[in-house]
Amino acid sequence: MIAPNLASDLPDNQRIVITGVGLTAPNGNDWASYREALLEGRSGVRPYEIRYFGETLAGVCDFDNKRYQTKKDLRRGTRAGSVGCYAANEAVKHSGLDWDNFDKSRVGIYVGVTEHGNVETENEIFVIKGFDYDTSCWSHHHNPRTVANNPAGEIALNMNITGPHYTIGAACAAGNAGLIQGAQMLRLNECDLAIAGGTSESIHTFGIFASFNSQNALATNEDPSKASRPFDMDRNGIVVAEGGCLYTLERLSDAKARDAKIYGELVGYAMNTDATDFVLPNPERQAQCVEMALKRAGLNADQIDIVSTHATGTSSGDSQECKALRSVFGECSSTRINNTKSYIGHAMGAAGALELAGNLASFDDHVVHPTINVDSLDPECALPGLVLNESQQAKRVDYILNNSFGMLGINSVVIIGRMN
Amino acid sequence: MTPAEIRDEIIDILEDISPDDEMDNLDDDQAFRDQLELDSMDFLDIVMELRKRHRVQIPEEDYGNLASMTSTVTYLEPKMKDIVKA
Repeated sequence: MIAPNLASDLPDNQRIVITGVGLTAPNGNDWASYREALLEGRSGVRPYEIRYFGETLAGVCDFDNKRYQTKKDLRRGTRAGSVGCYAANEAVKHSGLDWDNFDKSRVGIYVGVTEHGNVETENEIFVIKGFDYDTSCWSHHHNPRTVANNPAGEIALNMNITGPHYTIGAACAAGNAGLIQGAQMLRLNECDLAIAGGTSESIHTFGIFASFNSQNALATNEDPSKASRPFDMDRNGIVVAEGGCLYTLERLSDAKARDAKIYGELVGYAMNTDATDFVLPNPERQAQCVEMALKRAGLNADQIDIVSTHATGTSSGDSQECKALRSVFGECSSTRINNTKSYIGHAMGAAGALELAGNLASFDDHVVHPTINVDSLDPECALPGLVLNESQQAKRVDYILNNSFGMLGINSVVIIGRMN
Repeated sequence: MTPAEIRDEIIDILEDISPDDEMDNLDDDQAFRDQLELDSMDFLDIVMELRKRHRVQIPEEDYGNLASMTSTVTYLEPKMKDIVKA
């Protein structure tokens, strides 16, 4: 348990703030262009083809993967590692830190992942199939590519960071979980800078498409940009996406000391578990997780200006989350609710971090981007405060609550507050 | 394969393993390690590629023969002389 104090009552060396954002999303390769795409309603979902599964749709990133890595780095490493290296370098650059003179042994890397290793394992099996399954043709690179810490470890290698690094395996709650881990490690003085968030390379494994398809949970649509449609009556599943979003987190005392620009403060968070099903969510536990985060932040539900939903476009998942949100925010007249997966699909381990980043700019412009593709709102999802298809101008945005849930009943919620 | 063809094949493999390095000025008598950014995993890639492309098996005790281009070609010549270049 964290201390029950309000974040603002804590000493500055226990208050955790965001000082940099680095990201690649299917519709933007930096925070500003991503935000612009969200405000313009620009989708990043496109036709996609993958071995064995064939033609489908996906959220595909087109960041410059050689900006921070050599060709050899790319050959040696993984896509998740590459996404991570890009996002981490971008975040540090954005933070304005004096990186050359920063003590790298005091930097911690905490990267949320939904899964890792499937891409490389599938690749190797494909290769040895060509050699009649002769395992002597199985690459010696397989183990370093598939160890669970790989995406974080590649960042450490790339940026010469010698502090702790690891991934947080937390299904699709991982982006928030990475942020939470980073904050905890800063509070414990395990590091002075946390590079935290999530990454996803999931579009490069055919298995994720095939599994969602077998579960009747993979989105299809003649128009790729319309395929990801949370809350809509015609939603028919998930659009798998890749991407990454990493933040630089610092203690407020350190951020103030270097006169850093602060993009928000982590004022509350919570994680809990449904313990009810492998796949189906439990709205009661989700609501408890939201309530716990609010309580820790010392906030009432009606003080939240934006709720960034997890909804993925599945029939059951969306309505269950809406049931949870209705129980918490049903009476809140000024709370606005949106969804970012409708633009980019489900970026798995990066989803929570990316979706938060999409909303974080609202502290500056007070504009709330909408959920797109809602042509016919499902009555079960008809929450008051839903922002649909058109951006809304709020009077003021002070608090953003970001949901991120995953399989095996893992729930995570973070609340970010404006820094005055 | 002739020694020249074996050399071309090794260059092709090295270009794949070490794509940031320039091969044009490679000194055949000097160690690869002194000229290219190669580590032990990269040398294993040379072994792996020869196995995959030509079914040539190189036992671990022979890895020292892959130090330079000259020693590599000399070592591989009897193993690859009956292979027809594709």
